[in-house]
Amino acid sequence: MKLKGKVWKYGADIDTDKIIPARYLNTSDPKELAKHCMEDEDPTFASKVEAGDIIVADKNFGCGSSREHAPIAIKASGVSCVIAKSFARIFYRNSFNMGLSILESEEVFDATDNGDIVEIDMDKGEILNVTKNKLFTARPIPPFMQELIKAGGLMESIKKRGVL
Amino acid sequence: MRPMTITEKIFAKHAGVKEVTPGDLVNAKVDIALGNDITAPIAIHEFKRIGAKKVFNKNKVVLVPDHFTPNKDIKSAEQCKVLREFAIEQKLTHYYDGGEVGVEHALLPEKGVVVPGDLVIGADSHTCTYGALGAFSTGVGSTDLAAAMVTGELWFKVPESIKFVFKGKLNKWVSGKDLILHVIGDIGVDGALYKAMEFTGKPIENLSMDSRLAMCNMAIEAGAKSGIIAPDAITEAYVAKRAERAYKFYASDPDAQYSEVREYDCSKIEPKVAFPHLPENTKNVSDVKKLKIDQVVIGSCTNGRLEDLQIAAKILKGRKAAKYVRLIVIPATPFIYNEAMKLGYFDIFLKAGAVISPPTCGPCLGGHMGILAAGERAVATTNRNFVGRMGDVKSEVYLTNPAVAAASAILGRIAHPDEVMKK
Ligand code: SF4
Repeated sequence: MKLKGKVWKYGADIDTDKIIPARYLNTSDPKELAKHCMEDEDPTFASKVEAGDIIVADKNFGCGSSREHAPIAIKASGVSCVIAKSFARIFYRNSFNMGLSILESEEVFDATDNGDIVEIDMDKGEILNVTKNKLFTARPIPPFMQELIKAGGLMESIKKRGVL
Repeated sequence: MRPMTITEKIFAKHAGVKEVTPGDLVNAKVDIALGNDITAPIAIHEFKRIGAKKVFNKNKVVLVPDHFTPNKDIKSAEQCKVLREFAIEQKLTHYYDGGEVGVEHALLPEKGVVVPGDLVIGADSHTCTYGALGAFSTGVGSTDLAAAMVTGELWFKVPESIKFVFKGKLNKWVSGKDLILHVIGDIGVDGALYKAMEFTGKPIENLSMDSRLAMCNMAIEAGAKSGIIAPDAITEAYVAKRAERAYKFYASDPDAQYSEVREYDCSKIEPKVAFPHLPENTKNVSDVKKLKIDQVVIGSCTNGRLEDLQIAAKILKGRKAAKYVRLIVIPATPFIYNEAMKLGYFDIFLKAGAVISPPTCGPCLGGHMGILAAGERAVATTNRNFVGRMGDVKSEVYLTNPAVAAASAILGRIAHPDEVMKK
């Protein structure tokens, strides 16, 4: 799978209250949530983000609450992938379970500017900053998680196991 | 057999294997799967979407609509309705509503729904609270909850553990909340990412259950997967009269392996305050100069328990909250509410000018019952002070223990309890 888009760059410890503030959690409708995605960090994001865009962030992205509304809001806003130095663990788990592509890389953040164009080869785990013509390799995704993705997420994999 | 930590032992037991090593991926049985009014609707939707008909065990799936309840608006009411209908349909034994609902992480230990030795998952990040009972418990997302509701198990990566060894005597006014704030200030909000935090040492052994719950509650604020305290006589006294299932005490082997061991001298730890907008921005209360406040919230799954209300009452007795400071007290469960009332704390709070809210998460997550306007500043006994957490993005939340919160309410600024109690 190949992804390509414009970069939205954010700092460290972007918490789930910034990604989707609790005041909007009285719904779980992805479209509604997408309208407020990143609102408390960057009020312009939701209206300007375009399908395929990529979020590049510093360490500990998605810390805080377990709300799956956070990856749901990001995915529904059209973002194709989040690349961060590291992810908070519940956010990491949730993203795999519900099918938001995420990659960990120590280098991409420092070498990328807001608005750069980035191309990602998910199968190879390669990240190309097209604007700067620099190539990076993301931290490999554990095989178990790759299988989850191939199965179409956690619920689909349960269905396939025939436990129903 | 390899020596194991308490966390590894609980995993081995629930995965049905003799031993586990950090990094192992295991499928483990869960004793309790918890959801709330924010996270359960998505889980229930997923449950239905894949065609599941019955939860794996009606006694082990727990739903607590506590965040926006009593329903704050139509949308919240609809979310809670999803939970209620599912609870009725699945005949869930642990569903709490109306006057029975409390803040989930205060409610479940109190009711004996979670017990020592359990493996608990909850679609709420503060599920790590139950480590105080000697259980492994961790927050997950809604899809994980859905999977556990169907199968009764879930995949886990066995975490490495960090051992925190506390020594010395606790200073006056220092509680479990201050110990954990001190640790988070030391290691940072991702200082224990993916790891289990194991709290040990004499001061921990002497810590009340309420204080232990407050400590483990905030393990997630250091990025941890879980926090845990080995169960002992204090645990036994707490659970013996509550547990609704058999329980088991696990302990770490003396030669168990830790990714890191950190020591703290409690005699050097003072009451703490975490400044906006991260729990790691901690300072000693005595170092905070004249910071005026607009609101004080005493409550939440961190510090809304009886011990917390007791200490607040002790400080507020015969005193009043400063003019123009809104003091909001939120007993975390109906039991705590009732006890506080019987003990006369309500009189004290009301005379101090407080609002007493029914048990709810309410303002802790900026839901309702005390939202901040732009530029307003609150002292709260809650666990998060992220941007916009209690209201407007330009408001501020300072995290403290209940004693500091009560003293601050009286003086209208962040204050050390001694400033009030010496007078
Ligand atoms: S009291 Fe606050 S932190 Fe605890 S469960 Fe409720 S919203 Fe979450």
